[in-house]
Amino acid sequence: MGSRFCRFHRHFAMTEQRVSYTLDSTLETVDNAEQTATRIAADNGFDEDEVMQIAMAVREAAVNAVLHGNAYDPGKKVMLDFERTGRDLVITIRDQGAGLDPAKIPDPLAPENLLKTSGRGIFLIRSFMDEVQIHPSQTGTEIKLVKHVHGPTGGGKEASQ
Amino acid sequence: MSMKVSTRQVDGITIVDCSGRITLGEGSVTIRDSVRELLSKGQKKILLNLGDVSYIDSSGIGELVSAFTTVRNQGGELKLLNLTKKVHDLLQITKLYTVFDVKEDEAAAVKSFN
Repeated sequence: MGSRFCRFHRHFAMTEQRVSYTLDSTLETVDNAEQTATRIAADNGFDEDEVMQIAMAVREAAVNAVLHGNAYDPGKKVMLDFERTGRDLVITIRDQGAGLDPAKIPDPLAPENLLKTSGRGIFLIRSFMDEVQIHPSQTGTEIKLVKHVHGPTGGGKEASQ
Repeated sequence: MSMKVSTRQVDGITIVDCSGRITLGEGSVTIRDSVRELLSKGQKKILLNLGDVSYIDSSGIGELVSAFTTVRNQGGELKLLNLTKKVHDLLQITKLYTVFDVKEDEAAAVKSFN
């Protein structure tokens, strides 16, 4: 409450095309990222289920960045970026870790992995967002999450499934 | 926002009433500690009532899996009761819904332990 997150959200949809945050590698960052995503998604006209999906995807990406990427290193930051294009909400989360190779993540739905206690984050992100791009590098991982806006402010784009 | 649990006994079954969020950090730790404490007291028939759990993330899902396997490995049984739609949907898409024994009625759930 009362953090630097609050001051941007209210007019995001009307006046801001892009907001960026640089965050510490802490659990508080995970919660704040989720809360910020909730507000921005709601301000951009997503319905309740979509808001929950976007917020959860951002939470999971933030968990990956804080825990697996930066490993709670106080010297490393998490960059969180929300951008509204004409038809999409585009969210980018970057860390300064060793780089996540998505090809090495086991399928959490495989029978032998069902009872594992971790490894579902990226799967949930992919389940909830329309597009997910993961760009690992030696200086960190960038994950880009896209959700199509198909409300009245979404430029006429409808879900096409 | 935080996670709360309370336990009660019904016909030899321990019902753990959970409320709040089961997420990375406090929520997951609360579940883990509760289950460990019950097992240490020999209470191995556990019904996790998730009716007031508003939110769960991948860490929370992992914690439920961990609780399930930990109890089973000690010869007990852990079942889930009263899933909210959000939690139900998450267990569906992660294919865990059929792994857990999920109940909707408390009395029937209590009777289902043997």
